[in-house]
Amino acid sequence: MRGAPLRVYTILYLLFLYAPIALLPLFAFNDATIIAFPLSGFTTHWFTDLVANAALRQAVGNSLFIAAMTAIFATLLGLCAARAGAMARFPGKGGIIGFVMLPLVLPEIIVAVSLLIVLRQVLGLNLNNWTVISAHVLICTPFSIAILNGAFQNLDPSIEEAAMDLGESRFSAFRLVTLPLVMPGIISSMLIAFTISLDEFIIAFFLTGANPTMPVYIWGLLRFPAQLPVIMALGTILVALSVTLLIIAELFRRRGLARAGIKDTGGFL
Amino acid sequence: MTALIELKGVEKHYGDYHALRGIDLEIRAGEFFSLLGPSGCGKTTLLRTIAGLEEVSSGSIRIDGRDMKGVAANHRPTNMVFQSYAVFPHLTVAENVGFGLRRDPRGKSEKARAVEEALDMVGLAGYGKRRAHALSGGQRQRVALARALILKPKVLLLDEPLSALDRLMREQMQLELIRLQRQVGITFILVTHDQEEALVMSDRIAVMFEGEIGQLADPETLYRRPATKRVAQFIGKMNFLPGALSADRREIDIAGLGRVATADLATSGEIGGAVSVGIRPETLAILFEGETAPRREVQGVVSEVVYYGDMTYYDVRVDGIDRPLTVSMKNLIGRPVLDVGAAARLAWDERALVLLPG
Repeated sequence: MRGAPLRVYTILYLLFLYAPIALLPLFAFNDATIIAFPLSGFTTHWFTDLVANAALRQAVGNSLFIAAMTAIFATLLGLCAARAGAMARFPGKGGIIGFVMLPLVLPEIIVAVSLLIVLRQVLGLNLNNWTVISAHVLICTPFSIAILNGAFQNLDPSIEEAAMDLGESRFSAFRLVTLPLVMPGIISSMLIAFTISLDEFIIAFFLTGANPTMPVYIWGLLRFPAQLPVIMALGTILVALSVTLLIIAELFRRRGLARAGIKDTGGFL
Repeated sequence: MTALIELKGVEKHYGDYHALRGIDLEIRAGEFFSLLGPSGCGKTTLLRTIAGLEEVSSGSIRIDGRDMKGVAANHRPTNMVFQSYAVFPHLTVAENVGFGLRRDPRGKSEKARAVEEALDMVGLAGYGKRRAHALSGGQRQRVALARALILKPKVLLLDEPLSALDRLMREQMQLELIRLQRQVGITFILVTHDQEEALVMSDRIAVMFEGEIGQLADPETLYRRPATKRVAQFIGKMNFLPGALSADRREIDIAGLGRVATADLATSGEIGGAVSVGIRPETLAILFEGETAPRREVQGVVSEVVYYGDMTYYDVRVDGIDRPLTVSMKNLIGRPVLDVGAAARLAWDERALVLLPG
């Protein structure tokens, strides 16, 4: 069979990708401190430990706050950029859009170090959740723009003009016509930005203040082998949460297409 | 009739590009007016400046005596049917049609009645509850029409509204638009690149080339007395023959056909210098056995035959003319279709000739 080697390769590839993640729940429910086979019985003990850990709860709280703020601001900025990109004509448009999208490919460690220098040395600010949020907005905005670009490109540009022609001001035309049509894209963008921010480590590690974010806290825990199963438990929850959010984001994107009566041309999932 | 819309020296530049070059135009109340031209001639830009969707670079636009300078689209007495229809896909048909009534002080039930009336007018009675994105192209077009007409604008602007429809649907909508325009009595301004559509629908047509009006006339004048070769080429088919005017301009010597009196020729202005003579294919005729030309006759040879079913188009070579003449013949009963190489006698009539500059 001609496709056989390709099929084997695909299966191996998927195994390599997902087997480690499959191990997470396995050891999260395993009744042993040491991460090794054979398994030694079922327990939910690590999850109770997880909930009981006040420092961890604080870290998760930080992360959720940062992720929520990042989702809102990145999507707002993305909305403006995508609308301008789709509907406005101005000189240097290509170059400007290119620069806005650049953080997508910049090494995060470079972004983190440069931001640390600017925030601490140049501006003399104290590190806190907002320093992390500003950096996360920087790296999430390109993703928001990419998602919202899709939403705007599917939009007939004369639709907003039609609303104005029928008596609405520019702003209410946007609110009544454009906004509802790109709303699925907005929700999708917020969910993706939320997910990216939630598990981002490098930038948070550099810019976090006295209260670490969750990924930074987990990294700290790794020094204590006895805490490993707790991390496994937390990892299990995070994977479940990320997958759920991504699926919701994709559902909204597809609903948006169906609403506008457009054929699907591929998305994230 | 008084002018409802007056354009004076309207110019539109995009950087170095001149989309409109000094347009002067008067459009009368209740008129079906068409802007006809090839793509890129500025016809859509002109329509958008009237709608208030584009600012003019210079010149003035008055609608119903009021200067439109600085008046945004939402405050102009115009409504537009967009080329893409721009029907709001997230709303129902009734919500689409009633969109412009949002600021109307009338009560809910009165508005609903107005929507129902508007839908009825465009033949979509009972479609109110449907989702707009589930409609066919023709139905969307009707929604766009109803949505604009419900506001009773002074002027309805139509931007190539029929170009996305298939042929049958297009011909049906042409007649319906004419009927609708007579019924509501609103001034319609139609943008189209389809000369047949413009001829069928309009009271008057402005033919545009490169941001300028080439000729402004009613359909028959435009077809029979085109002002320039360019207009003649754009509207229908036409053969062009070089001609030489006599010194007193009373006679013209036409290549291949001979001398005729200029007084017999149709023309739309003073002609001097280099001239051409235009002949429409349907004003020429191939003479069959036993037929004689009512006025004049010339001998030729068939060089190409294109069969259209109801018509046959022949290219006929005539001595003294470098390009063959195109002749269209109705395929009447008992009339044979000639083969390439056949000898053909052509009947022509100087009263059907048009004298053109250049």
